[in-house]
Amino acid sequence: MPEGERTIAAISTGAAPGGIGIVRVSGPEARAVADRVFRGRNGRQIAQMQGYTAALGGAYTAAGEKLDDVVALVFAAPKSYTGEDVVELSCHGGLYLTRRLLQEVLAAGASPAQPGEFTRRAFLNGKMDLTQAEAVMELIGAGGEQAAREAQAGSSGALSQRVGAIREELTGLGAHLAAWADFPEEDVPAVENQALSQSLEHAAQELSRLLESFDVGKVYREGVRTVIAGRPNAGKSTLMNLLAGCQRSIVTQYAGTTRDVVEETVLLGGIPLRLADTAGLRDTDDPVESIGVAAARERVQTADLVLAVFDSSQELEREDLELAESLSTIPAVAVVNKTDLPSKIDLEQVRKHFSHVACISAASGEGLEELQEEITALLGTGNFDPGAGMLFTERQRHHARAALEALREAENALALGMTLDAVTVCVEDALNALYALTGETASEEVVDQVFETFCVGK
Amino acid sequence: MTYNAGTVDVAVIGAGHAGIEAGLAAARLGCSTVVFTINLDAVGNCPCNPSIGGTAKGHLVREIDALGGEMGKTADACTIQSRMLNLGKGPAVHSLRAQIDRNQYARTMKHKLETCPNLLLRQAEVVKLEQDGGDWLLTTRLEAVYRAKAVIIATGTFLGGKVFVGDVSYESGPDGMFPAAFLPDSLKDLGIALRRFKTGTPARVLKSSIDFTNLEVQQGDEPVVPFSYETEEKLENKAVCHISWTNEATHQVIKDNIHRSPLYGGEIQGIGPRYCPSIEDKVVRFPEKERHQLFIEPCGLDTEEMYLQGMSSSLPEDVQVDFYHTIPGLEHVQLMRTAYAIEYDCCDPRELTAALEFRELPGLYGAGQFNGSSGYEEAAAQGLVAGINAARKVQGKEPVILDRASSYIGTLIDDLITKGASDPYRMMTSRSEYRLVLRQDNADQRLTPLGWEIGLISAKRWAKFQEKEAQKAAEQKRAQNTVFSPTEELNRILVSRGTSPVNTGARLADLLRRPQITYQDLAPIDTSRPNYPPAVFEAVEIALKYEGYIKRQLADIEEMRRVERKKLPLTVDYSQVKGLRLEAAEKLNKVKPENIGQAGRISGVSPADISVLLIWLAGRQG
Repeated sequence: MPEGERTIAAISTGAAPGGIGIVRVSGPEARAVADRVFRGRNGRQIAQMQGYTAALGGAYTAAGEKLDDVVALVFAAPKSYTGEDVVELSCHGGLYLTRRLLQEVLAAGASPAQPGEFTRRAFLNGKMDLTQAEAVMELIGAGGEQAAREAQAGSSGALSQRVGAIREELTGLGAHLAAWADFPEEDVPAVENQALSQSLEHAAQELSRLLESFDVGKVYREGVRTVIAGRPNAGKSTLMNLLAGCQRSIVTQYAGTTRDVVEETVLLGGIPLRLADTAGLRDTDDPVESIGVAAARERVQTADLVLAVFDSSQELEREDLELAESLSTIPAVAVVNKTDLPSKIDLEQVRKHFSHVACISAASGEGLEELQEEITALLGTGNFDPGAGMLFTERQRHHARAALEALREAENALALGMTLDAVTVCVEDALNALYALTGETASEEVVDQVFETFCVGK
Repeated sequence: MTYNAGTVDVAVIGAGHAGIEAGLAAARLGCSTVVFTINLDAVGNCPCNPSIGGTAKGHLVREIDALGGEMGKTADACTIQSRMLNLGKGPAVHSLRAQIDRNQYARTMKHKLETCPNLLLRQAEVVKLEQDGGDWLLTTRLEAVYRAKAVIIATGTFLGGKVFVGDVSYESGPDGMFPAAFLPDSLKDLGIALRRFKTGTPARVLKSSIDFTNLEVQQGDEPVVPFSYETEEKLENKAVCHISWTNEATHQVIKDNIHRSPLYGGEIQGIGPRYCPSIEDKVVRFPEKERHQLFIEPCGLDTEEMYLQGMSSSLPEDVQVDFYHTIPGLEHVQLMRTAYAIEYDCCDPRELTAALEFRELPGLYGAGQFNGSSGYEEAAAQGLVAGINAARKVQGKEPVILDRASSYIGTLIDDLITKGASDPYRMMTSRSEYRLVLRQDNADQRLTPLGWEIGLISAKRWAKFQEKEAQKAAEQKRAQNTVFSPTEELNRILVSRGTSPVNTGARLADLLRRPQITYQDLAPIDTSRPNYPPAVFEAVEIALKYEGYIKRQLADIEEMRRVERKKLPLTVDYSQVKGLRLEAAEKLNKVKPENIGQAGRISGVSPADISVLLIWLAGRQG
């Protein structure tokens, strides 16, 4: 098996939110990797499963937190798409969940698949004829600039610029270390450990921030799956209308399948909220449609954000308290509605359950700003500048992490008192990872800069 | 009238550092070999600095020696001062450099060629090179025609050489030798694209005219570490160097006359090395620097010529006299040889294979400055590889390919053939991504088994090598098994080195892992230590201290070698490969990489292009 050494994984369903999200894992370790994430309902191990069999179970994070119910489909080599052992983990769709699942699979030991890598393996393992493969090659070829495009996407190259700035700092550092090592008898300023360590730390911090931006950035890229919940007549529909009305643009309408019903994305303070069509919830106003209630409850439990609406003109009722309690582990903002009416609600009681509370009048629009602030605070997007450039894909994140790890190793070597040749090698590893991030091949940058910056040579 | 001068297996054009190694390797591997030189007094000449080694170059010399080459042994025999550079910066960058007696070096090398069985050293200018059947015909200026099965071009700065001093220029080789003026046209007829590179050298001055009173002295290091693993006699420092600095007045003279520089006037077309700037380059490019360092180095023990390292120039002679006189110690200096720039022809090394053979011209090899490199050591390294591979070709054997993970030699060759040379290429430690593994101290471990297999290592040397490896293994084991009790004496040593004391027994190996602790520190308590050569302990200590980093690099190497094993055909038009981007196809067509790994190192070839290539490759094979 020519490409057999690495096990790779990627999302194999499209980027649009679908009913089901599939993470495909391929390679000799596919079963082992999947077993680290998947717990079969009846204790079934993927490693023990035959080809062409499926198992139901859950996907768990390394910390033991359950992500979602998943179905694991096992294909044994050579009878699979790639000709290798393949496990497909299907979860409940939605980009957020599918990406979380992919993250866990990567953390469990898989590498992110390169563009077209599944197909390449399929071809190399004789699963595809040349004509088919050639058709795919055209696609891969076209995808050649993908990484660069990714970096250019969004905020007009802001990511490239941000990565470029870190790279520049490290290149300068590498060049200084190189000049100092390669031209010992010339008057290259000595590398001061303290300055070196500061530089490394500076680059590491910037990389950490970039990595943090991945999670926050996702809010902007994919939108926030938002559910408006509350008992009948609390004003959910009015809030929905208010949000829909104040939006500057309706971004899109996703036609989903099975579970992803029609959604609307509205912008609130620049944050795209993907409001689930509240038909189900609205229907709870109608006692006949009790099935809708169950659907709404389930929806609440998987949301990125719940706007829990309470009627301030009435005292808290049992359903209100039940809702509040059910949201204890879910990101939620309490929307205390109808502030235009005399207040009867025990606001302190609400605050006990919610750390984010906004008082508004959905009818008049008053308090909308406060709601926006609370949402921003909850999502941690307050200090986030989407124009500053962020990581968009798992692949980028993988390389950014590798770069950060290499930098940490450099800092560690320095702290241990290792000689600078070891530190230098780590700095170069970080540089290489940053080049990979932007889809470039590490070039002669360091050597070039030695001669540009230092007057060396005899 | 031409006449038939005979038939040889291998003909080498040039007897500089590349030609010497090429000729000796081919002859020692059993090929009848002729080595041509334009002048027998130019064999093994060091027309620039009178020193061998230096950062990364020292690695090359060690590697040449480990494979059975000659440079290290001769340098040892001619050393007049030796230094181990970069001590304290880590074992990856330790580099040996020796000042050598230049004339003695040239004489020694010439005599080695003269006494080498199977080898004829011949003064003759090769003016024509042509293919004949599977052979090559070489015609000399005096109309002798030699037939050879393989030819190595190692012409250095002789090929189309042209010297510049101010507005004076003339066709010349180095040090006043004849240039090879006819060969360039013949090479062009073969389809070889020639380019112009240039290099330069400073003045040689009369020792007795230098005032050393206020100059800083630079001593050699003791004890002298030899380059060669075969050198057993103790080497001595026999001379010192001195350091001086340029100043405002020097720079003023240069600035006032910069318009008289052929480089700034545009007369020189050739591309000069970035790392070897002339003094006028330094003054112009780094105007903020108030002074530049220069080293005054003896050219030998029986000559009064002194070399002014750092002061190469192509300014007119009168300007040179003026600016040298502004330098402390050189106020009354007498020039013996004027500084000059020299322009010469070289090939585009991307036309070569990793065996240094022209892809399109089987049996024709290039080495040294002709391949776009610079430096004696870089030249010798390529000469050795070209010589070995020419001999193997004649003998019907597979070429020996050194990959990047094997050596600096492999890195040098891979860089040249993959990236080409935009300016004369100098080896640097920063060019090797595997430099924690490719150290000068373990060149023998990396390459001597290969040298033995090729046939350039004597049985005696092989036995000595195996003994050293056995000692290393035994010492490694002993370091793991030796446990010191937490005595006061041990803790006193540990604390005095700024590291924490121990309260339980400590393994020798674990103590040596601490960056602050050396074998030497532990000598008082390490009473069972066997009496091995210092190199054995050095090797074990480095292996322990850098184990984590070395392991990681070894994993990188494994991954690199995995893709290097996927061979690409050398005759393919990449523009016909579906799915490849235009830029990638162009680059691939230029380099014709030998494998997927090399393809991936070409700038402008992306990981996605590599996917396309892999599919295409499998399609071809299937």
